[in-house]
Amino acid sequence: MTSLTHLQRLEAESIHIFREVVAECEKPVLLYSIGKDSSVMLHLARKAFAPGKPPFPLLQIASGWDFREMLEFRDATARRYGLELLVHTNEEGARTGVKPWTPGTAYSDLMLTQALRQALDSHGFDAAFGGGRRDEEKSRAKERIFSFRSPQHRWDPKNQRPELWQLYNARKNRGESIRVFPLSNWTELDVWQYIHLESIPIVPLYLAAPRKVVRRDGRLIMVDDERLPLAPGERPETLSVRFRTLGCYPLTAATVSSAVTLPDVIREMLLASGSEREGRLVDQEGAASMERKKQEGYF
Amino acid sequence: MSQDQELIRTDIGAYLQRQQHKSLLRFITCGSVDDGKSSLIGRLLYESKMIFEDQLAALASDSKRSGTRGGSIDFALLVDGLSAEREQGITIDVAYRFFSTDKRKFIVADTPGHEQYTRNMVTGASTADLAVILIDARKGVLTQTRRHSYLVSLLGIRQIVVAINKMDLVEYSADAFRRIEAEYQEFARKLGVGDVVCIPVSAVAGDNVVAPSPRTGWYRGPSLLEHLETVELAALPDLEPFRMPVQWVNRPSADFRGFSGLIARGAVRVGDLLRVLPSGRSSRVAGLMSGGGTAALAVAGESVTISLTDEIDVSRGDVLATADAPPAVANRFEATIIWMHEQTLVQGRAYLLKQGTKTVTATLAPIKHRIDVNTLEELPAKRLALNDIGVCSVELSSAIAFEPYRDSRALGGFILIDRLTNDTVGAGLLHHAERRSQNVHWQALDVNKHARARLSHQKPCVLWFTGLSGAGKSTIANLVERQLHADGRQTYLLDGDNVRHGLNKDLGFTDEDRIENIRRVGEVARLMVDAGLIVLVSFISPFRAERQLARSLVEPGEFFEVFVDTPLATAEARDAKGLYKKARRGDLPNFTGIDSPYEPPENPELHLDTAALSPEAAAALVIARLRESQIIDVDLTWEI
Repeated sequence: MTSLTHLQRLEAESIHIFREVVAECEKPVLLYSIGKDSSVMLHLARKAFAPGKPPFPLLQIASGWDFREMLEFRDATARRYGLELLVHTNEEGARTGVKPWTPGTAYSDLMLTQALRQALDSHGFDAAFGGGRRDEEKSRAKERIFSFRSPQHRWDPKNQRPELWQLYNARKNRGESIRVFPLSNWTELDVWQYIHLESIPIVPLYLAAPRKVVRRDGRLIMVDDERLPLAPGERPETLSVRFRTLGCYPLTAATVSSAVTLPDVIREMLLASGSEREGRLVDQEGAASMERKKQEGYF
Repeated sequence: MSQDQELIRTDIGAYLQRQQHKSLLRFITCGSVDDGKSSLIGRLLYESKMIFEDQLAALASDSKRSGTRGGSIDFALLVDGLSAEREQGITIDVAYRFFSTDKRKFIVADTPGHEQYTRNMVTGASTADLAVILIDARKGVLTQTRRHSYLVSLLGIRQIVVAINKMDLVEYSADAFRRIEAEYQEFARKLGVGDVVCIPVSAVAGDNVVAPSPRTGWYRGPSLLEHLETVELAALPDLEPFRMPVQWVNRPSADFRGFSGLIARGAVRVGDLLRVLPSGRSSRVAGLMSGGGTAALAVAGESVTISLTDEIDVSRGDVLATADAPPAVANRFEATIIWMHEQTLVQGRAYLLKQGTKTVTATLAPIKHRIDVNTLEELPAKRLALNDIGVCSVELSSAIAFEPYRDSRALGGFILIDRLTNDTVGAGLLHHAERRSQNVHWQALDVNKHARARLSHQKPCVLWFTGLSGAGKSTIANLVERQLHADGRQTYLLDGDNVRHGLNKDLGFTDEDRIENIRRVGEVARLMVDAGLIVLVSFISPFRAERQLARSLVEPGEFFEVFVDTPLATAEARDAKGLYKKARRGDLPNFTGIDSPYEPPENPELHLDTAALSPEAAAALVIARLRESQIIDVDLTWEI
């Protein structure tokens, strides 16, 4: 008897999704956020189209506040696999002087949500692969694998197409585009296990190392460059830290850790008491904030 | 979990090793609003340590604010997702949840059980290996229990667990449990479902959910979680015939050509002889790639790329299959349809049908009966509304390789897509091919359309005049035909009123009959185009879908949709036949523009605004358009 393990089944499902999009859409793109989920997506996309290359480019939305190590990793990855890499920044938004610590949602609206919409519109992409997983957050748990966006990039949770078996309806109306989530049925643990099993390269920030951080509102924020303003009394100190999730460095909290190998990281994750998004400040703007953001076009 | 937790601390390497060999079980939970379904899932997530402290803290504060448990933890809040529905206190869609234990990873499809959400349950059941049906121990087997069980068995789920919940509210009574168990088993036998296991639980108190409860000493079976961890999974792929719908042709360079897809059934090895369907050609497997690397064997559930020893024609939508046991090929079937859209299914209308990786045009007619999901009674029906289930004949524009749904979800399941809105409007299960299609073949004829048209120095086409009654369609069509005739063209005018005196005199004015009316006229127009004529059709033809169907019957460039655009008020003021007056009095039901809709064309070849144009000017525009498209005054040397 030959039966598949859960990771083999998840892998096969994700590959099927990649191929279906390429077969049915005109101009797909892979939203590459450089994090661990993007690393897994890219790995699956390469498998899906082997021995050829994935027939779509990578798109990264650079806020201007990405960790330096992420950008180095991004460029090295695109080079290593010979893939087309598109980088987009909302220059207009940046000129307004908005900063990650600007109160309210202006920063994430302009530099993430608007930036993504600009990039998708200007290239005319009709399908964008994203690394979202249903276990991340309650509103994601109800989102389809093929998730349609209006011409204004809005998500309407009440008007989703039923998704049966492995039959995806990728037919769009004029101006609509699709966000496709090949990792919908993966959990955080599945992602780490798969990275371990397949030796997938990840940004070193996921592993513990001595890094310069400041303590701010009970969180550890890395001083990745000199632009981070220090409040009176804030003193950078060097601690052994790592990140569970990666975003704009002033908005991403580090955790003190001595996990220097992948199995160490997985052990810490399994014994941890906080969920993955706890370290992501953008997601904590209030109850149901994720659902609201998605309706507005955030990935 | 305790074993795992220990291993994580002491030997993470060994833990990871073990995790890699876990299997996956997908299941669906079905229950009514108050059966405690969300509480049960919340409890499973909680007990399997899938809830982190920050989520637990949020849960505690949510429980105080909007919980229904008087301030103590309300597990249901863990799974009730979107803020809109949390306010309403019900779940409204399909949500997927994840947890794992030492032995398995689980994906739970959580679907609401209201009558109006058959659609969601069917969606959740389509990918599930097992169903957990909740019954309130105080209420026993209800109408909705039967409905849920029917849907689950319809979608091919063979394993059913009946969680008889709220045992705490019947004092853990063995009698209450056994009574419900006996009643359910009796019903399940009638339904013909395979394995049914009944378990007494209390989701709120935790009895028999994870660990056996001391309060049900009389029950000797497994707890719910134990059962989910140990239940046997699907059939052995090695023993089944191989089938794989071709998803994508992988051609990165001149020296590689592979066929990618997800294996639907069976296993494939390098060297196997495969048949390509529907073409029937065969070749051997030259190479096999799975998970990005080469492999000697691959089984159902794997995404692979297969290369063949021969250069044969294979494209997306074809099926690769074991050569000596291929699936059947047909274009007419009996199928069960589950309708999922507010806009009703009308028999005779054409939709897109996607099965495997193939999309074809399908016409659904006739509807044989509808099934009352509560009583399982078969009722006569001409249409299917949202959440209706019916059995009908499905006719496809081209033949497909298929298998009965009970043998293969992948080759027997399909979705229906509306051609104008692109919405997924229904799902279907193929049962068997219908004879008609297998015995009627196309007769190839030597004298064809082009030969006939060449003799008459014209290109055949359809001029399809559509618009409200009294818009001036027939007047303009008549002028156009007179002009063409005077120029020596061979024409025929099909007029709505005239055709209804003969060919279509059996049809009335319901939506179904209007669709059939247009279908017949479309077919007649096609035959006349084949005969080399310029065919003028003057029909109200109020629905876009049917005009689209008529267009699809002839070749591209042969169909001219002429929208005779007259405001309703103008047409009604003319009222040459006195019909509007009658309709307004209520003597003429289903009259277009009054109590039956007219869907104006979105991209007609010609848009005639009769408020601005005289009938003669309008006719001249039609003639000019024909000239421009080289239908008339054609260069007589055009190719045959």
